[in-house]
Amino acid sequence: MHPMTPAPYRVRSRRPDRADTVTLALRPVAGLCPSFLPGQFTMIYAPGVGEIPVSISGRARSGGYVQTIRAVGAVSGALCRTRPGDVVGVRGPYGTAWDLPAAEGLDVVVAAGGLGLAPLRPVIRELTAHSSRYGRISVIVGTRTPATLIYPGELARWRDRYGIDVQVTVDHPDRAWKGPVGLVTRLIDRIVFEPRRTFAFVCGPEAMMRASAAELVRRGVAAGRVMLSVERDMKCGVGRCGHCQLGPLLTCLDGPVLSYERAAGLLAVREL
Amino acid sequence: MNAVVTESLEPLIAELCSRGFTVVGPTTRDGAIRFAEISCAAQLPVGRGDEQQPGRYRLTERHDDLVFGFAASPDSAKRYTQPPRQRLFRMREGTVEEAETEAPRIALLGVRACDLAAIAVQDRVFLGGRHPDPAYRKRREAMVLIAVNCAVPGGTCFCVSMGTGPKATAGFDLALTELSDPHRFLIETGSDQGSEIVAAISHRPATGDDVVAAEEVSRVAATRMGRQVDTDGIQERLAGAHDSPRWADVASRCLACTNCTMVCPTCFCTTVEDATDFTGGLAERTEVWDSCFTLDFSEAGGSSVRGSGSARYRQWLTHKFSTWFDQFGMSGCVGCGRCITWCPTGIDVTEELGCIR
Repeated sequence: MHPMTPAPYRVRSRRPDRADTVTLALRPVAGLCPSFLPGQFTMIYAPGVGEIPVSISGRARSGGYVQTIRAVGAVSGALCRTRPGDVVGVRGPYGTAWDLPAAEGLDVVVAAGGLGLAPLRPVIRELTAHSSRYGRISVIVGTRTPATLIYPGELARWRDRYGIDVQVTVDHPDRAWKGPVGLVTRLIDRIVFEPRRTFAFVCGPEAMMRASAAELVRRGVAAGRVMLSVERDMKCGVGRCGHCQLGPLLTCLDGPVLSYERAAGLLAVREL
Repeated sequence: MNAVVTESLEPLIAELCSRGFTVVGPTTRDGAIRFAEISCAAQLPVGRGDEQQPGRYRLTERHDDLVFGFAASPDSAKRYTQPPRQRLFRMREGTVEEAETEAPRIALLGVRACDLAAIAVQDRVFLGGRHPDPAYRKRREAMVLIAVNCAVPGGTCFCVSMGTGPKATAGFDLALTELSDPHRFLIETGSDQGSEIVAAISHRPATGDDVVAAEEVSRVAATRMGRQVDTDGIQERLAGAHDSPRWADVASRCLACTNCTMVCPTCFCTTVEDATDFTGGLAERTEVWDSCFTLDFSEAGGSSVRGSGSARYRQWLTHKFSTWFDQFGMSGCVGCGRCITWCPTGIDVTEELGCIR
């Protein structure tokens, strides 16, 4: 099989998360769905429109991928408009994974910005499923407005059922909002962790990841224990189109998940 | 050296045709040497030379009977190893039809040492990683490579600096060296298939004089490089040169026209095009050559990562000579000089490398 040929997947279910965001469950039309590691992505193809990389946010009960997509362009818009029964193309999973084993025995900080919570969802599910393996677990989330927060029900469940410290901040509050306002980095003040014994998973817009990772490191978390997920537009996902280059890295193969130790120098460079 | 001599390429071309190969060789077209299908030796550009300088390419008359008396042409083997447009697949009512992967049997005649090195680079890109490309593999396996050792390097050539030429040492089925007085071709074999082809055509064993004459052609060619590059520590030098003022200088001359990347035998970047039929029931996807000089080549979060021309030139040059090593363990430049010749403003990569600190 040519690495650029997708397999047909059927949309099994479609859950609107918010006005512009949907969570799809995708299952292969034929055969089995390849297993994935948290942090990996697939290339999803809207027939005739185009293909985009989308992080996997979970395994569907039906045996496929759960993927959360925000309509920001032609392809993501077309994917968000799909209905159960529609067929899309899927390649992958591709890319590097969140290093969960390295976090065992340590306090864990999960920091998400906006849609960055989607690739972290399998991390949080793993943490909740095996919470005894980790120290204190904190999930901090920043979002544009209360209405753009994804997975609000799950966030509440992680807090209520598993006792995880879940905190949410918004950039622009509405009248009903009673929580914190401002950048996600400010929530780092409000959670409890032992920096020298902490592992962090960070995902969101590049500026958010840079600021969050820098703040964690300033508090004493080792740069090699801060993982982030780098976003770059891709056409292939398999190291042959060149679009996702970040200095010496091909983000599709060497990323998206990188340690801050490796990524810091690259993210600090303008127009790399 | 296991070599033979023939006086004409006619039997070789006939033998390749009889074996079912489409013979593709240099011809004169559009005021340049271009690869095209040929059926006889008379179609080769006998007596034609070229003049190559930054931003300048002219065909010349050589006033001799050399068949390969010119340097690298705008076409490289890339046109055949990685075609400019390839259909990837069709999707029709929920089913995916993979593109036909039958590869044409092409005998590529006149491939230079720099281009053999470029094919080795492409092999690493398309076959060496975690996701090998079966269509590329089929094309490569169906291809016979008949190299020609350079006799007259162009004014923009620097293969000696890059360690890739001018003599073909590996990666060919046959390698020719064109000799004068009398006019003849020394043929070296580089594969079993090459040996079979040679065995089927009339030839005589090479004499010691033939071999010495051929060695002299490559020795002299090596002294006639139009350009040179100091590659010592180049990878580290470029990695540390992100803030060099030279990037802005070269950007003021660069038109971001993408010519350098289109003529480059190793530039492999592509994009995809999607189309549907009128009913929308059939979707088709095509991979086409792309270039890191286009504004929307690299995007993150919906905006261009490299908005400035200086960043795009830096990306290209740094990739070729530095980060290519990180990604593929080898240089991305083979010293063919095409990017210099075909730059409309004559930007000279060897000059830029010398100025970037």
